[in-house]
This record gives sequence, C-alpha cells and structure tokens, in this order.
Amino acid sequence: MARIVGLWVILFATWLLLSGHWDSALLVGFGVGSCALTVYIANRMDVADHEGVSIYWVGRFLLYLPWLLKEILIANINVAKVILSPKLPISPIMVVFGSTQKTDLGRVLYANSITLTPGTITTGVEGDQLEIHALTWKDVDGREEDEMDQRVSIVERVS
Amino acid sequence: MVWDVLSWLSILAGLFFILVGGIGVLRFPDVYTRLHAAGMTDTMGAGLVLVGLSIQSGLSFQSGEWLITVRLMMIWAFLLFTSPIATHALARAALHGKVEPIRVDVGGGDA
Repeated sequence: MARIVGLWVILFATWLLLSGHWDSALLVGFGVGSCALTVYIANRMDVADHEGVSIYWVGRFLLYLPWLLKEILIANINVAKVILSPKLPISPIMVVFGSTQKTDLGRVLYANSITLTPGTITTGVEGDQLEIHALTWKDVDGREEDEMDQRVSIVERVS
Repeated sequence: MVWDVLSWLSILAGLFFILVGGIGVLRFPDVYTRLHAAGMTDTMGAGLVLVGLSIQSGLSFQSGEWLITVRLMMIWAFLLFTSPIATHALARAALHGKVEPIRVDVGGGDA
C-alpha cells in the first residue's frame, strides 16, 4: 500500500513539474485522475510492488552522482585528447572484471556507470563477471574501476 | 553578466565535446571504438549544453522559470539513464553479429 501511494506521489510530482499548471482546478483534477489511472494499471499489471526501488537508495545515489560526474568529465577529456592527437593512439582491448554487487540493480548501476564514462563500454554481464571493451589499455588499469565498484556497492548496501 | 559568461562557457564546452565526438566517430576504425566517441556527445556534450541552458533560464520563482530549469535537468537525467543502455545494446548487437573488435598494437611507448 505504501508503495502504491508513493508511486502516485512521485507520478503527480512529475506531472506538476512537467505541466506547470498549479492554478487551474480542472487541469490539476485531470492530473490527479491520470496519475490514479496509471497507478491502477501498474497495480493490475503487478509491477507496483515488486520492481520498486528502496527509498534509501535515492540518498546514497545522490551522494554517488557527483563522483560519477567527475569521473565522466575526466574520462571525456582523456578520450578527447586521444581523438584529437594526430597519431590516434588507441589500443582497443576486451577485459573481464569481477564485481562485488549483490543485487541486480547494483550490477545495473555499475555496468551503466562504466558505459557512461567514455573509453569503457560494458558489452556483457554474466553473473558477477562484466565484459568490458576499452578504447586504450590505460582505461582499464583497474584503479578507477575498483573505486567505482566499491562506491556502487556502498550505494546498494542494505536495500 | 557573470552568469551569462558561465552559461556561454558551458554551452561552448558542450559544443566542443560534441564536435570532437563527431570527429572521433569519423576517425576511429571500428564499431566499438566509434561507440566510445559517440558516448562523449551524449554525456558531456549534451550535459554541458543543458547546464548552460539551465543557467540561462535561472531559478526565478515568480516567473516560473525554475520549472524550465527542472525540466532541463530531467532531460539530462533521462539521458544519463538511457544512453548507456543504447550504447550497450549496440555493442552487444555487434558482438552477437560476430563483428570482431580490432586490436591495435601501438607498440611500446605510452599509448
């Protein structure tokens, strides 16, 4: 029940932010109605209760985000240097990493974080092994990946 | 004034990353390396342009401009969630289609 109410609150907050109609009672009423209909359908489809994300995730994810953005910036500058250097110093390589996440969602977050940082792309996930394609061998020397792995594991802990 | 300069710097930096990403797509040799270049345009490129636009729209509550800023940031958030999935799907499809990733040996040195 709490999840159903939570889903409705988040949907309605999104509706308000996207529409910007606070004043017209009719429009707000339609917004309330469409959110309620969506929650009803989600509930009927049985997705409201099982695929929810723990609210504790959100706070720790927001703490993780600035670090991720910093990493993305650094990686972007590195890849830009590679692209702009006349010799095109690339050494593409495929590697397999282990990951320490316990939940599927944590693994998704880790794999997507790796893909988001330019220079590394997750090409496959099997169990806790991630297959990664890297632009240069320097991109996968392991240090950033280990730190990212630990930080993602902190985000998903006790969820 | 200061904010105008900041927003222009941000937009121009974003355009620079998009341009370099485009050059990279042309210069790199195969699908997988090109994905790395394409990834630049939708993380930093689009991100910095959106940040610059947000600075332009500002956080003024009276005129309701903060709503535009919130929407711009939501666009970025959706990009951050969807673009790695698209990149991953492309790479996976290429692997599934038996496209061998090329290996370039730069041969010693600090490649």
